[in-house]
Amino acid sequence: MLLAATLGLLTAMLLALARAVLGPTLYDRILAVNSFGTKTVLFIAVAGFLAGRPDFLDIALVYALINFIGTVAVLKLSHYGEFGASATGAHGDDL
Amino acid sequence: MSTLHVALQILSDLVLAAGVLFVLTGAAGLHRLPEFFMRTHAASITDSAGAGLIVLGLLLRTEEFPTALRLVLIAFFLMFTSPTASHALAQAALGDGFRPQGIRGRKTS
Amino acid sequence: MTGWMLIDIALFAILVATGIAIAQIRQLFAVAMLSGIFSLTSACIFVMQDAVDVAFTEAAVGAGMTTVLFLGALALTRTREKETPRTRSLPALLVAAATGAALVYASQDLPAFGIADSPVQTHPVTERYLVTSAEEIGVPNVVTSVLASYRGYDTFGEVVVIFTAAIAVLMLLGHGATRGVEEVPPPMRDRQRVLRVVAKLLIPYILLFGLYVQFHGDYGPGGGFQAGVIFAAGVILYALVFGLDAARSGVPMRVLRPLAATGVVVYGGVGVATLMLGGSFLDYNRLAPDDPAAGQHLGILLVELGVGITVTAAMIMLFYSFAGRGVRRS
Repeated sequence: MLLAATLGLLTAMLLALARAVLGPTLYDRILAVNSFGTKTVLFIAVAGFLAGRPDFLDIALVYALINFIGTVAVLKLSHYGEFGASATGAHGDDL
Repeated sequence: MSTLHVALQILSDLVLAAGVLFVLTGAAGLHRLPEFFMRTHAASITDSAGAGLIVLGLLLRTEEFPTALRLVLIAFFLMFTSPTASHALAQAALGDGFRPQGIRGRKTS
Repeated sequence: MTGWMLIDIALFAILVATGIAIAQIRQLFAVAMLSGIFSLTSACIFVMQDAVDVAFTEAAVGAGMTTVLFLGALALTRTREKETPRTRSLPALLVAAATGAALVYASQDLPAFGIADSPVQTHPVTERYLVTSAEEIGVPNVVTSVLASYRGYDTFGEVVVIFTAAIAVLMLLGHGATRGVEEVPPPMRDRQRVLRVVAKLLIPYILLFGLYVQFHGDYGPGGGFQAGVIFAAGVILYALVFGLDAARSGVPMRVLRPLAATGVVVYGGVGVATLMLGGSFLDYNRLAPDDPAAGQHLGILLVELGVGITVTAAMIMLFYSFAGRGVRRS
């Protein structure tokens, strides 16, 4: 079952990759990458159990914590063109 | 192997299968749906139901406490970050003038 | 096992597909996103190869830092790749083809995949690292004992490289300290509330996890490099959500600059201390002559701490200089 789950996750990763490549808008790509990140977390967790090495979970935990930063960064940059302003920044608009 | 052990294993398999099914549904939606906001909706199925069930399935076959703790933490952080990311993303798209299909609005970029 | 092979093939297929897409797409935003996917996939491959520490580094660096720095670079340059004229791409193709052919030719000399008597398996150093390190150093994670003790010299070099790179970026982009007067209107906090609340909730855990990775590196995957990047990622998330000024007042540049040097000094200082105690450079046994394992533990702890401090400071400084530069230009 673990193997099947891993392969299922890989299929889902391929579909997300297709969305990231096809776009068409920037937001579609960010969404796809974010979703790919979640699937990677799950993949690493399941693969750790498959290999009988649950210490892989530390890596999944890193992704769960900081995958989010990339998304925030790209939203910020695509909206303001720079990182500097606070999230409620110069345009009086939201992220 | 005790009966309880076997039962847990089978339960874990079932929960994992359900989780992967949700992940695949979400991924198919992410790939096939025609428009950004619909895709957000599909992607969040992966993040919530898919991730939750897979972590639960793994939890059912965990024996050591540190591993279980890590799994719970992963689920906990995913439950916070993924919806926030989707929310920020959708809000940014709205701010950029994209509108969900069926709602009239300007489409600037 | 065919199942494992299937997974490997699928992962490499994703990797190749991502690579081709990166080469094809001209919008650099999309390329930055796709390189994030590339990094995630590589981490999966490293996990499958059982290279947990490498996967950890890839995870920590690839998920947060690389994307942020790519985007920072995009903010300073242009977001669309320049078309290379066909006439110039032909020689490039030739060079690439020649290099590829040479590599394929050279790969004939490699030992067969997974063979048991390859030089890596039979070399005495493998035996020493994998078997003897348990009693010589007494650290369960062999990668840590190789990195921080057997190969302590090399790691010192790596820390110096990171330190030098940070200095070079500071020289190129300025200190990120100069910024014009900003006309930020009163913040409209309510529409940002979700992001702010979640970031506030998440950041302490990121920092805590960084500390865990720093000090747990002896037992599990992790160590100073990964911890430094994770710690810096926490500060960067703060800067992204609450603004660069807020981050700068919490973690000011004037603290970071000496801190980056401090890490290198701590690392080198341990080496000098062992010299003073009559050993060779970075010979941790001298730190506790009666109990070499305790000396090794202390030495590795200090050295990893030095690495962590330098990496944290260097990463935050890199981010500050990119972000500060963007503000000044606009």
